[in-house]
Amino acid sequence: MRIGVLFSGGKDSMYAAWLTKKCNYDISCLISLWSGNKDSFMFHTPAIELTKKQSELMDIPLIVQETVGKKEIELRDLEKAIKLAIKKYKIDGIVTGAVESVYQASRVQKICNKLKIECFNPLWQKNQIEILEDLVKNRFDVIVSGVAAYPLDKAWVGRKIDKKFIDEIKVLADKYKINPAGEGGEFESLVLNCPLFKKKLSIKLKNVSGEGNAWRGEFLTRPTSSDVERGEFE
Amino acid sequence: MKKVLVVNVCQEKLHYYEFVKPIEDILSGKGVSFFIRHYKEIKEGDLNGTDKVIICGTSLKDNDFVKSINYFDWIKSFDGKILGICAGMQILGLVYGGEMYKKIEIGFYNENFEKEFLRLKGEQEIYHLHNNFINFSKVKDFEIVCKNKNVSQAVKHKVKEIYGVLFHPEVRNKEIILSFVELK
Repeated sequence: MRIGVLFSGGKDSMYAAWLTKKCNYDISCLISLWSGNKDSFMFHTPAIELTKKQSELMDIPLIVQETVGKKEIELRDLEKAIKLAIKKYKIDGIVTGAVESVYQASRVQKICNKLKIECFNPLWQKNQIEILEDLVKNRFDVIVSGVAAYPLDKAWVGRKIDKKFIDEIKVLADKYKINPAGEGGEFESLVLNCPLFKKKLSIKLKNVSGEGNAWRGEFLTRPTSSDVERGEFE
Repeated sequence: MKKVLVVNVCQEKLHYYEFVKPIEDILSGKGVSFFIRHYKEIKEGDLNGTDKVIICGTSLKDNDFVKSINYFDWIKSFDGKILGICAGMQILGLVYGGEMYKKIEIGFYNENFEKEFLRLKGEQEIYHLHNNFINFSKVKDFEIVCKNKNVSQAVKHKVKEIYGVLFHPEVRNKEIILSFVELK
């Protein structure tokens, strides 16, 4: 079965992609929705442009679909991107990193059902602490790319998800009732390395902008040889 | 106490994580012992070693179990308790002579349980993910505990402790699974 992974570059879609590969499915393409609405309910937004670099590091083609980020237009654009993946890469199924959000999962399910392809949600209902622990155990190098909930603040942007992070977030989850894996949008993440990468994504945190408990990182990447070949860097 | 048999109905290996593992997690979280078998690999010894079976659901597109319904011939002669979830409920209906109809329901819905059903009563939010259902009003061995128009949402065998739900209690209403495994 040929699979298209709905891909944000964050921990959940990357972990779902890895499980897909582990079960011996062929990941034919990644599909990334670049939303103009930074508060999108459907799509992850911080550092989304880095999905291009991540796809190169995985050697898996990427379909980028830009969207203005209005509710129903986002869904129309998602369907458009999935149709393109069916046409171009002959995919038979979509994989998502949905964990708890019925809002997100049921919308993707409806689109896949309409297009008569399979829909896989391998992280569905998974315990959020277990997700974080699995990432560490399986050598996923993940950082926080943005935060959007009290008590998380600017200092959390750029932090690595490791044992110390998990211990701290567990305490905050108990005390402030936040989702420990950021399932409620408390934080977004960026995968710098994982077993699907040929090498690590090399980045530098350029700036952190925002206020209060809503902060987003801006990241600079080092050019890869393919960037230089394409003339994107001098 | 015997182990609970959790039956995987999924044709695709990757769907295990979505339709079987959440049920494993609910059972593990309460210290319930269980074992898993794919429906095509159930042996007589598996059925002899258990008194409770949970038949899980599968994806919208996966109807492989309909073509292979003879693998479930054991259901009618099984002495223990059975809970069928979504595809599992459809399997119960097919085994007992019901007919399948088309009905797409995806997402949250509200259903009213007039009678208590595995500790669920009154108006409840439930999560649906199905393209088909079995019309249990024509299945004489079962009573319909909850329905929405002509769609049977929860059913119970009139004599045996066999239960079916069209919705997914592993997403909302986990207590159904727990009260089933706690049945004496």
